[in-house]
Amino acid sequence: MEPVVHLADVVAVLGGFPVLAGADLTVQRGEILLLRGPNGAGKTSLLRLCAGLLPVERGSATVLGCDLAVDRTVVRSRVGLLGHANGLYADLTVADNVAFWGATVGATKDEVAGSLARMGLDGRLADVHVGRLSAGQRRRTALACLVARRAELWLLDEPHAGLDAAGRDELDATLREAAASGATVMVASHELERAGALATRVVEVVGGQVRQAGTP
Amino acid sequence: MTPTDTPTSDTSPIDPAAAVRRPTGTAFTRALGVASLVGIVWLVLFGLFLSPNDASQKAGVRILYIHVPSAWLAYLAFIVTGVSSAAYLFKRTRSLTWDRIAGASAEVGVLFMGVALITGSLWGRISWGIFWTWDSRLTTTAFLFVTYIGYLAVRGLGGSHQQRARRSAIIALLAVLEVPLVHFSVKWWRPLHQQESVAEGKLSGLMLFSLFVGIVSFTLLYVWLVLHRQRVLAMEDSLDDQGLDQALAERRAEGAQV
Amino acid sequence: MSTWRIARLIAAKDLRIEWRSRVVTNQVLPFAALVMVLFAFALDNDNVLTRVAPGLVWLATMFSMLVLVQRAFAVETADGALDALQVAGVRPGGIFLGKSLALAAQLAVLETVLLIAAVVLYQAELQASGAVLLVTTFAAATTGLAFVGTLYGGLAAGAKGRETLLPLLMLPVVAPVLIGATRATEAAFGTNGASSSEGWPWIGLLILFAVLFGAGGTLAFGSLIDE
Repeated sequence: MEPVVHLADVVAVLGGFPVLAGADLTVQRGEILLLRGPNGAGKTSLLRLCAGLLPVERGSATVLGCDLAVDRTVVRSRVGLLGHANGLYADLTVADNVAFWGATVGATKDEVAGSLARMGLDGRLADVHVGRLSAGQRRRTALACLVARRAELWLLDEPHAGLDAAGRDELDATLREAAASGATVMVASHELERAGALATRVVEVVGGQVRQAGTP
Repeated sequence: MTPTDTPTSDTSPIDPAAAVRRPTGTAFTRALGVASLVGIVWLVLFGLFLSPNDASQKAGVRILYIHVPSAWLAYLAFIVTGVSSAAYLFKRTRSLTWDRIAGASAEVGVLFMGVALITGSLWGRISWGIFWTWDSRLTTTAFLFVTYIGYLAVRGLGGSHQQRARRSAIIALLAVLEVPLVHFSVKWWRPLHQQESVAEGKLSGLMLFSLFVGIVSFTLLYVWLVLHRQRVLAMEDSLDDQGLDQALAERRAEGAQV
Repeated sequence: MSTWRIARLIAAKDLRIEWRSRVVTNQVLPFAALVMVLFAFALDNDNVLTRVAPGLVWLATMFSMLVLVQRAFAVETADGALDALQVAGVRPGGIFLGKSLALAAQLAVLETVLLIAAVVLYQAELQASGAVLLVTTFAAATTGLAFVGTLYGGLAAGAKGRETLLPLLMLPVVAPVLIGATRATEAAFGTNGASSSEGWPWIGLLILFAVLFGAGGTLAFGSLIDE
């Protein structure tokens, strides 16, 4: 079967600096891959590259069958990215935000309501403006938006950061469910114990390159 | 932009072999430079000494020997920028060389346009009594000047070479949309503009010849400047690429230490 | 998802944000009214003010529009939403049309306030015979301004120093709108004895402007906001 992500000797540059310096990586469908490594190693850039946001400078990168060197826009509608930023509108309510991001991929009202419930946001919080939420609640909202997007490849950058214990459990369950239903998940995290228990495979990102680190 | 301006080996810490003096001049550009220098000496000779005073403008007419060639080159430069930008955006001819020609031409064009605006308003003061008039040609020229300063600002925004090229090419083509709109709206706004044409038929043979010398020598100067500037831009880009190779090696070593 | 549907979705989202935050209502409209008052201080002559009222309305519109455009893209870049929109696979043409639509709606409110200010402060007189011309002028000019504002706002959104870059790029481009809309508005007002038939040729220019920048923006927007 064709891998979901296949990177061969990929170099990517941001502001003149090579954030990825010859990365090789193959991810199969249904995997939950943990990316670990020191700060500034290139984990975020790797996820942004797979999302089609960061251009490929050298090497070849194929995501979901799309060659990113040829066109990195077509893959975008099929991946879901949760970056450092949450991508939320502070002046809209939680429900409005999730409804908006769901609508961009044509999600129905039921699906949006389901995503809110999945992250425990269906109660009182749904009508609160995002600008008034705590960091952890915002993260939950962003995750609900991600769930509503029904992506084939989930890219998460430090998703556990700021979440409370209940939120982490909900996140882990959501990711396992997604992987079980055929999606592929890539998670960059420093919380190795937490994310390690979740992952089916771990790789180490160092100096803009990817190394195998075996199964957890 | 003479060969001596290029970095010498001791100023570049990156890669001594690559930083060997590499002049931007070739036999062709050297000949071109000499020719434009000779042309400018001729222009000074004819424009200031050999050509006669105009009957009505007196010595003021001599400004035209600089003003008209500058204005002509400014417009030529922006046409070159527009065409090169289109050539970059067109997939079959996509090459960063087009982008660098567009950038180099716009820089030189802004320079000439500045000269044209200053000399034009001085000439206007002498022959019309005013520095400025809201004529469509003048106004369009002023807008072109500001628009291309904006274009150069967009070129300086940073990012990869391809990103710079694509973004600035689009801005250049939007400017191509804007300029005729400005021109015609000003023309409709002030239909009764002054007869600003260069006193047609009033110039004597020697005056016309001086003007001709000016146009030829300034055109040679323009080509010389753009060729050199384009090569300097290419060197800057390749220096960036060399810097990237160096940075890549360092980045990989960062991984080896752990 | 069709370009038009995504455009409506984004426009509705932008207008909802404005409805909730009231930044335009509480800050931009007072700013625009203030500009009109300051013009009166600078010109200091009722006759002159009445004569130049159409021009001042459009000048104040353009200055206030700079603030509107900054705000429209600050909303997208504050928490990485512009990135998220791109990852959502939303067609850039749809983002462009949607943001333009929302900006046009806000501009229309702004222009109405400025028009009332011109009548109240400058004794500009609206004529019944010029009403159709006036409405057409405002519709055509607003469309063109919204396209240009979104196009250059999107380019400046990702850049450092965008506050200073936007006016430099945008104001020269909207100059034809200032000329055309002012002349057409003068004709509608009957300023300096202008008749409303003199205004219609300018509408042609305004429509041409809107069509050119609308088409250019829909095609080019993706390349301008991409990394």
